[in-house]
Amino acid sequence: MIIANSVSKKFGRLKALRDVSVTCNRGECIALIGPNGSGKTTLIKSMLGMVVPDSGFITFNGKNILHDWAYREFIGYMPQIGRYPENMTIGQVLSMMKDIRKKNSSRALDEELVHAFGLPALMDKRMRTLSGGTTQKVSACLAFLFDPDVLILDEPTAGLDPVSSLLLKEKITREKQRGKLVLITSHILSDLDDLITQVIYMQDGSLLFHKSLEHLRRDTGEEKLSGAIASVMMKK
Amino acid sequence: MNKIIKYVVTDILRNKIVLAYTAFLLAISLSVFNLEDNASKGLLSLLNIILFIVPLVCIIFSTIYIYNSAEFIELLVSQPLQRKKIWISLFSGLATSLLVAFLAGAGIPILIYAPNATGLTMVAMGCLLSIIFVSVAMLAAVTTRDKAKGIGVSVLLWLYFSLLFDGLVLFVLFQFQEYPMEKAMLVLSGFNPIDLGRILILLKMDVSALMGYTGAVFKDVFGTTSGFALALLVMVLWVVFPAWLSVRKFSKKDL
Repeated sequence: MIIANSVSKKFGRLKALRDVSVTCNRGECIALIGPNGSGKTTLIKSMLGMVVPDSGFITFNGKNILHDWAYREFIGYMPQIGRYPENMTIGQVLSMMKDIRKKNSSRALDEELVHAFGLPALMDKRMRTLSGGTTQKVSACLAFLFDPDVLILDEPTAGLDPVSSLLLKEKITREKQRGKLVLITSHILSDLDDLITQVIYMQDGSLLFHKSLEHLRRDTGEEKLSGAIASVMMKK
Repeated sequence: MNKIIKYVVTDILRNKIVLAYTAFLLAISLSVFNLEDNASKGLLSLLNIILFIVPLVCIIFSTIYIYNSAEFIELLVSQPLQRKKIWISLFSGLATSLLVAFLAGAGIPILIYAPNATGLTMVAMGCLLSIIFVSVAMLAAVTTRDKAKGIGVSVLLWLYFSLLFDGLVLFVLFQFQEYPMEKAMLVLSGFNPIDLGRILILLKMDVSALMGYTGAVFKDVFGTTSGFALALLVMVLWVVFPAWLSVRKFSKKDL
């Protein structure tokens, strides 16, 4: 569904991505794992067209995304640090996004998370007064709101309390079972164990491996993802 | 696209600085017209205030507004929207709200107290200058990533257009005073929208005699309909060119 073909990106002298090629298909739940600064977020942002690669290209459903923008209709993105217009209330942000996106989607809005997180009670709160966790909840709701085919979640559970984190994980599992492509980055590996089917490991901007979870378990002999990744990191 | 413009305009029109700007323009224009018994004298006093204040407020406010909407822009870019449209909507939103502020603050009083060709030209120039400096601000804001630097660039640009440019022109005039400079002056004035606006307004005021021989040349060129149209075209170019450059830069920007 999303194919990146030898994508490279430099920020000044720093090489954020070096010749990265990945293929992501429908129904997969892929974990993007790697140390800080290994290019995970840059890869995600280039898939979203927020960062323009220096070389290489990315296709979405077979079409190059370079001058396309309509494909983002099929993506729900939850950023690592959600930043919203400070003077708007939660309700205004939600209705603005509905207003902007609704025109050509025939699908029903998915407000399950909005209710699960109890946001209706907070609708009049301004974005600048929110705690980090509540901002994360708004980001999560926005990502799932339009029932997109692809979910790109950058550190979704960071900053969420255990209950909300569990709610979010259940939601991700349900969406995965409905045949959606889910891309997650996270450092909390124990969160990922029962969610993901594939692992992409990145280091210093290059892709070290892209394996299915069973494959990784077999190769490392570890049952838990955290153990498997630890043994990979030790070997390097 | 219209939706984004709507959000930007409602956001800006609630902004206290824009309200203060409108009130300030209103206070100045009302007091100037009420102090002078002659409306054209009032226009002359208002001329310099408008030529200084309008570009200053437009360029600084727009630059700061764009930096402050970084989050909003980031949010929009990850949505199914064309980058070009996001940027043009921001530009239109800013231009519309600053135009409304200018028209409410200065445009209406001018048209009430001096409803003649001079007054109309002044309102038109004020509107054009507002849009031009929003456009220049968009370019300044998209080129520099750092907020403080971007605002600095905007202040310098304003200083250049309202003070330094005239100094440079005077310097050139003194250096080449042996030569006929009238034609060159015509071309030079096109490089500064504020000067162009001032010349067009002064020509309507019939004080161009004060500008000496150059004034006569200006009158010969800009006094005719085609010359006036040409000057307007140059001002429109001042809107379109920086805006177009900034759209191109924004389309390739990493967020």
